[in-house]
Amino acid sequence: MAKVKISKAKCKGCYLCVVNCPNSLIKIEKDLNIKGVKGVYFSGGKCTGCGMCAVICPDGAIEVYRQI
Amino acid sequence: MKKTKKIKKTKKVKKTKKVKKEVAFKNVTPNPASLRTVDNHYCAGCGHGIVHRLVCEAIDEYGIRERVIAVAPVGCAVIAYEYWDFDVTEAPHGRTPAVATGIKRVRPNNIVFTYQGDGDLAAIGTAEIIHAANRGENITVIFINNGVYGMTGGQMAPTTLAGQKTSTTIFGRSLRREGYPLKILEMLAILPGVKYAERVAVNSAHEVLRAKRAISKAFKMQIDGKGFSIVEVLSMCPTYWGMTPIQAADRIKNEVATFYPLGVIKSC
Repeated sequence: MAKVKISKAKCKGCYLCVVNCPNSLIKIEKDLNIKGVKGVYFSGGKCTGCGMCAVICPDGAIEVYRQI
Repeated sequence: MKKTKKIKKTKKVKKTKKVKKEVAFKNVTPNPASLRTVDNHYCAGCGHGIVHRLVCEAIDEYGIRERVIAVAPVGCAVIAYEYWDFDVTEAPHGRTPAVATGIKRVRPNNIVFTYQGDGDLAAIGTAEIIHAANRGENITVIFINNGVYGMTGGQMAPTTLAGQKTSTTIFGRSLRREGYPLKILEMLAILPGVKYAERVAVNSAHEVLRAKRAISKAFKMQIDGKGFSIVEVLSMCPTYWGMTPIQAADRIKNEVATFYPLGVIKSC
């Protein structure tokens, strides 16, 4: 299992991570963030820690923590 | 009393075990040391942020951060020096390869790379890039191709696809009036001075990983002293394509990559 940390302040709401997650674990928030866009959140579940969300994020807002 | 104490001890042991499990997480996607952790000014879904990170990852991979001198272009990436934590200089519009040539010749032990957009490299700087490539300068060029002039308001660039609507071709680019899109990488690849030319994209995570390998190899060519290396990155410009970032990523796959084929064009 792995964890995904998403910086709410850095997210610009492009949602490229949402479409690039193979298990669709990243979802769009309902509230606006400090930039005035709807950010994304990690919904938990079976994250394999592949890191695709962090690889595609243009703003470096995502960090993936894999269990050692 | 003794029994209760024993139970308490066993509970404490269980708690410490739980804490150890939480600590055993490792960040598998750390921010590169040479990339500053600041917000960038790029629009949502812009490919520049991804390519900035890939360049920094390649530099950290070879441990050349103290030797690198980047030459930033005029375009959206004009203030790239705000995001990169190594030496960066600025060049007049399109003259980036000329400035890089000068730096590399004066300081041959430094690793010099240019970071240019399509307006900078394929339009105003065509002469400079062709002659730098023809001389076989030992520099690396990262060429971001998004098909529009992003900084100045989304005007048509030489690399704009046929039929693409921009602020200066409001009914779409007409081949009869504006001519054909310029395949600059194929043009450069026929020159003997060019040792490595590859086209990659950043529209999906898999393509980004391929782009990372290409950029790493381009730097490796320079470190080994083999000569001119260029990587063209097909990037998204959702703002001036008039699309959402996801639609823009799909457009690269379905339209842009069909005209500009991905892959290694030259490697020697």
